[in-house]
Amino acid sequence: MTFVAKPKAHHPKLPRNELGLTRRDYEGAVSTLCAGCGHDSVSAAIIQACHELSVPAHRVAKLSGIGCSSKTPTYFLGKSHGFNSVHGRMPSVATGANMANRELYYIGISGDGDSASIGLGQFAHIVRRRINMTYVVDNNGTYGLTKGQFSATNDKGSTSKKGVPNLYEPIDLAMMAIQIGATFVARSFSGDKEQLVPLLKAALKHEGFAFLDVISPCVAFNNHDGSTKSYEYVRGHSSAMALADLIPTRDAIEVDYAPGAAEDVAMPDGSTLRLRKLREDYDPRSRVTAMDTLMRMNEKGEIVTGLLFLDDNPSDCHEILATVDEPLASLGEAELCPGSERLETINAAFR
Amino acid sequence: MTVPIQAVNDFVIKFANVNGSGSASANGMFAKALFRMGIPCAPRNIFPSNIQGLPTWFEVRVSEAGHLGRREGIDLMVAMNAETYADDVAEVRPGGFLLHDSTKPFPKALKRDDITFIGVPIAELILNEFADPKQRQLFKNIVYVGALAELLQIEWDVLTGMLEEQFKGKEKLIGPNVRALEIGRDYARDYLETPLPIRVRRCDGVGDSILIDGNTAAALGFLWGGATVAAWYPITPSTSLAEAFEQHASKLRRDPGSDRHRFAVLQAEDELSAIGMVIGAGWNGARSFTATSGPGLSLMQEFLGLAYFAEIPAVLVDVQRAGPSTGMPTRTQQSDLLLAAYASHGDTKHVLLLPSTPKECFDFAVEALDLAERLQTPIMIMTDLDLGMNDHISPPFQWDDARRYDRGKVLDADGLEQVKDWGRYLDVDGDGIGWRTLPGTHPEKGSFFTRGTSRDEYAKYTERGEIYQRNMERLQKKWATAATLVPKAEIREGAKSKPCGVIFYGTSAPPMPEALAALKQQGIDLDSMRVRGFPSGAEVYEFIERHELVFVVEQNRDGQLRSLLVIEGEIDPARLVPVLHYDGMPLSAQVVERQIAEHFAAMRKPRLSEVTP
Repeated sequence: MTFVAKPKAHHPKLPRNELGLTRRDYEGAVSTLCAGCGHDSVSAAIIQACHELSVPAHRVAKLSGIGCSSKTPTYFLGKSHGFNSVHGRMPSVATGANMANRELYYIGISGDGDSASIGLGQFAHIVRRRINMTYVVDNNGTYGLTKGQFSATNDKGSTSKKGVPNLYEPIDLAMMAIQIGATFVARSFSGDKEQLVPLLKAALKHEGFAFLDVISPCVAFNNHDGSTKSYEYVRGHSSAMALADLIPTRDAIEVDYAPGAAEDVAMPDGSTLRLRKLREDYDPRSRVTAMDTLMRMNEKGEIVTGLLFLDDNPSDCHEILATVDEPLASLGEAELCPGSERLETINAAFR
Repeated sequence: MTVPIQAVNDFVIKFANVNGSGSASANGMFAKALFRMGIPCAPRNIFPSNIQGLPTWFEVRVSEAGHLGRREGIDLMVAMNAETYADDVAEVRPGGFLLHDSTKPFPKALKRDDITFIGVPIAELILNEFADPKQRQLFKNIVYVGALAELLQIEWDVLTGMLEEQFKGKEKLIGPNVRALEIGRDYARDYLETPLPIRVRRCDGVGDSILIDGNTAAALGFLWGGATVAAWYPITPSTSLAEAFEQHASKLRRDPGSDRHRFAVLQAEDELSAIGMVIGAGWNGARSFTATSGPGLSLMQEFLGLAYFAEIPAVLVDVQRAGPSTGMPTRTQQSDLLLAAYASHGDTKHVLLLPSTPKECFDFAVEALDLAERLQTPIMIMTDLDLGMNDHISPPFQWDDARRYDRGKVLDADGLEQVKDWGRYLDVDGDGIGWRTLPGTHPEKGSFFTRGTSRDEYAKYTERGEIYQRNMERLQKKWATAATLVPKAEIREGAKSKPCGVIFYGTSAPPMPEALAALKQQGIDLDSMRVRGFPSGAEVYEFIERHELVFVVEQNRDGQLRSLLVIEGEIDPARLVPVLHYDGMPLSAQVVERQIAEHFAAMRKPRLSEVTP
């Protein structure tokens, strides 16, 4: 993290959006995550997407659970209300918030521990209920804040910083989301701004439950045995830096590759991630095709990125429940209270 | 031969049935018929955690004097379940009566000569009249109601009138039901000695009261009180609350133009999610509630701590049942008080409302929505299975159309423009309650981060100990404010205080007038106080202060309200004597009378010098 305060003055030539706002107006507090953390790239992409869409920041509610990912709503859209709830339970809080006011944008930020382990139940059920929101999982396959335990999205066979292999099958949240009824499902990579920003914009405009699984590498908990920048190595080889919580500084990983192409990305832990961008002629309108594509790519050991599934005509929970157009939170006695006369008929019915 | 019990409008009747056989509606009809004859009565369903095939009972206390707590001993048993004959026979008081289906002979071994056995060949009568097996099953229950009408002198028009109401729109069902009633009545008239020495008689004992269960009452309170988001997970005995809310809201809460709903009911995937939804909705400005029971409250602990610490309005009804763990899920208790009062880790305290009647369930539901927004914290209404699921005679609900919802301290856009130095957790009014803002209010001002982590007055994250501590102390100040806002205790004492008093709350209240009257006859005269909320107001501690000794009556093993009084009021535990009942059945006046009388008897034990020669 940096302790240098951001200057408040804006460069006069920064591009302004329809609301006359610059990108800087969509920023939040300075990130306290490790330098080079993929999550910061996701925050930057959200800032850019909201700026480009001219979303009024105060009409956005940012919600999160607990973990590194869930800290990030502080780092974008400082004019929005935020809610850092409890571990794995952001979906229920977002559901209640959305029921109270259907007119706001909702951005939920979660992590792989938050959504795939402790919160898997809530994740599944918010998908089913089709809450109108953008749900982003910053997916790094690890528990960052508690220092590097496996998460449930980690691939079987990969090793932890202690060299222990992961013995269990991974959970694919995108696949689950497609299966349970999400109307917008995409996967991207935190360092691929060219892909991530348009996906976020599409997700924000989507009038239903939009899910984005963003692979976001953890720079802190690498475990490449030979790496001189590994956690263990630095601890063991530098007396001046022999602090247990010292995290090596890194640059964020960035990628930029063409549709249909594959890109091998070196991860901080020394492993390589092969991302395969969906071809331009891929039609995301079929759940069957999306599942088939995901499973076939998985077999090949590739992570497919792009818009996996889209329902052009989505319904959301308010449609399902047939609620009124105005926010429920805005209704007063006149709309809500049946009054004394009506209560008399209730009394009469119980005599 | 024991003399048969003679009683008009003062007896206990119990129906022993098999669950899933349709007995509940017939028994309910019986109770409601007495209510419509103006006779005070208290029906209680004693049911198993099962859908079909297990024994189930339905008890009705009939009392023209208005004693509606449970009373021990049965005067008339309607024994319709051969499996429980032995227990059912044993429960009848000497001189009492037992009605049974005499199609098969009653087992000789179980007969008692101090009670009167009344045989009605119900199965046989049904067999001759109805061909459909389902009707044969259902109408058995109606036949015994018909026989009871004759035996006890229930007004015929009242019964048939109820059938007409019940089957409005399905008129062809009225005939066979009335016929079933007639079969029972005619058999009793032709072959039995009627009326029985115990019987009913129209009186003027219920006034304009209504007969309703607490869950429905609370649901209606939430409806009138402006709740728009309800989130819940099915759990006995709270389920019918959320269902009643949805049922009534579907009729009463529609936009007249579009016919769309001005409410949202979400059946959550578990209780964690249910309370999370309530908190999300409350954070975003909607009045919201959940209903649950003990196991659900256990699951909600983490979220309740968040709502306490982040200061978010939320309303929860705990319809308590017998714990711990799954306990006796269909039996009543007041055993979640401590769990609710101090829910969640860390230093937490929660506001509790303790209703005693359906009217109070309605009123406290409205009150809870106001208090939650006023105090920006969870408010828990502690009812129980007895109050929630059984019908009770209650004063009718009232609504003042001039009443406005108290939406608490919320700054709108104009307010934000006017306030120079706004901080979400700044205590500008000195009552420990800050001004909150809702998402989407103002383009530039009023946004903040809600979190369960420590923060300063401006909602900025901090790990500085003194700031954390200052915040915790402000929450204590808010707690003191809460003590002035919860419903006041109901105190009954003369111009001059008696030496001893008794405290009770919730469903421990109905048997108390009867218990106090009986104790008075024994020379034990007590002042009484019904506590209606937590934190306790000053009047509660002053009452205790005025008395040398105070009994605390409650339905749990550990004396949970007593503990709360001792802890929060720093009361000498020796001055608070627990009177406890926790077998899962509603409290009776006899239990209270016995325990208090025994306490005084023990105090009067002769000194050693008095008994040694």
